[in-house]
Amino acid sequence: MASTATKSKRSVLPGFGLTMGFTVLYLSLIVLFPLAGIVLKSAEQSFAELWATISDPRVVASIRISFTTAFCAALVNAVFGLVVAWVLVRYTFPGKRLIDGLVDLPFALPTAVAGISLTALYSPNGWLGSFFGQFGIKTAYSPIGITIALTFIGLPFVVRTVQPVLQDLEKDVEEAAASLGASRFRTFRSVIFPAVLPSLLTGFALALARGIGEYGSVVFISGNMPMKTEIAPLLIRTKLEQYDYVGATTIALAMLVLSFLLLLVINGLQWRANRRTISD
Amino acid sequence: MAGYVSTATAAPAPRSRASSATSESALVKWTLIAIALAFIVLVLVLPLVTVFIQAFRKGAETYFAALAEKEALSAIRLTLTTAAIAVPLNTLFGVAAAWAIAKFRFKGKQILISLIDLPFAISPVISGLIFVLLFGANGWFGPFFIENGMPIIFALPGVVLATIFVTFPFVARELIPLMQAQGNQEEEAAVSLGANGWRVFWRVTLPNVKWGLLYGIILCNARAMGEFGAVSVVSGHIRGETNTIPLHVEILYNEYQFAASFSVASLLVLLAFVTLIVKGIVEWKHHAATVQTDQQGGH
Repeated sequence: MASTATKSKRSVLPGFGLTMGFTVLYLSLIVLFPLAGIVLKSAEQSFAELWATISDPRVVASIRISFTTAFCAALVNAVFGLVVAWVLVRYTFPGKRLIDGLVDLPFALPTAVAGISLTALYSPNGWLGSFFGQFGIKTAYSPIGITIALTFIGLPFVVRTVQPVLQDLEKDVEEAAASLGASRFRTFRSVIFPAVLPSLLTGFALALARGIGEYGSVVFISGNMPMKTEIAPLLIRTKLEQYDYVGATTIALAMLVLSFLLLLVINGLQWRANRRTISD
Repeated sequence: MAGYVSTATAAPAPRSRASSATSESALVKWTLIAIALAFIVLVLVLPLVTVFIQAFRKGAETYFAALAEKEALSAIRLTLTTAAIAVPLNTLFGVAAAWAIAKFRFKGKQILISLIDLPFAISPVISGLIFVLLFGANGWFGPFFIENGMPIIFALPGVVLATIFVTFPFVARELIPLMQAQGNQEEEAAVSLGANGWRVFWRVTLPNVKWGLLYGIILCNARAMGEFGAVSVVSGHIRGETNTIPLHVEILYNEYQFAASFSVASLLVLLAFVTLIVKGIVEWKHHAATVQTDQQGGH
């Protein structure tokens, strides 16, 4: 593993021109040029028209629903994902390997399958839906249902970013804290948690970003009521089906810009969390 | 991604009194395990079990009838065709990109890596939308292709394009860090002994990264076969023609044919199981290989 810094300035290896050329060509054709279409299409309207599309109450509501449900789901995953990662790294118990493998399920299971399955579980006559219904809580066809679907989708992002950091944590720092008389909880709060926090934020950000754009698992469980449970990606689809290309593209652009700003903020937080651990 | 396999051997069970200062009481430990297990069962296991319960609710006969239906078979065929085009192309790209990025130094490398990751950050619906803008009936290039008898949107090429876009980064992102960590010495030695570029790649590089490559291909394939949002925007849902397996699941579900819908969905669950099992094997092999080289390195 110690070989990262040993590259010579002019490599003797062949094939740079060929592989680099193909990489840039393929990247441009498949990703960059098509994405540029979003900006070009949005520019086909005046700024007033663009603003009218974005400030339409139905559009604002859909973007708000997408962001708030994704935020709640990422928060749930940050809490429980940390517990799952902790348990998988620190303890041994029967079935641990199986659980560890299962964490990746949302990466491997098509989102539409997760969508119909969660809907069957949480619909008013489903197992869990009828249980929560007794207490007057509506799960499927409400923002809670959307949050449940996004929790499923986001879990592995948190667990898989926190797990390796927890694994590499040196035990001797904890021993030092304990020998100085810190309680176990205090050690966790002031030694372990600050070290894990940057990775926890990364996992949170990844789950959030994925949740904001998620479509397949949500459309079934959300009920898709305009102003209430209609997510932004669905509204893009609806506009497309009405051949309103400019409208659809404008919402897409708004979503991309907002997600980008959000990730900037989280990157900033991460940078601060990192700095604090180092300076302490 | 492969590091966590070693958990079982990493920490000896902290039972002795001496280590109690750096571990939790049994009560805390088992409470945390119970919370984690309850969460996993609620979020992951129950939805999985539900698929099979719903699929077999009307008996095995309905289950197999739903799979043998003409439209189901054509959806399976389309999904296999799409994956058979998208996965090799993205694998080729992933290998080329990893070679250029990991083996050479150049300016703007970090930007290139971020651009390759871009499709992961974009909503599947937006991924479909960009191809509708280009090739849809009202799109910039759409009329040209439609007039020449080769429509792209609401046809196979659109489904393939959208799938290539959403699975674009998988192989590259798996290979780049792996090949960077392995460095250049072995390849440089082979070149100095007179081997040409292809030979170096096949004999030296590929054997070193084969498990990582396989893992990337498996993930790419799972997403290619399961993609829903992007494909649903460009497919047009033409039965027997442009419906993939996930779209067929959606149509059956929306027609209240729940048992049939879950039967077809169970095929995708099996795909997910195979993916997870292969992933487990790859990680185990990779771990075994790392342990072996560590021992050979003489600690």
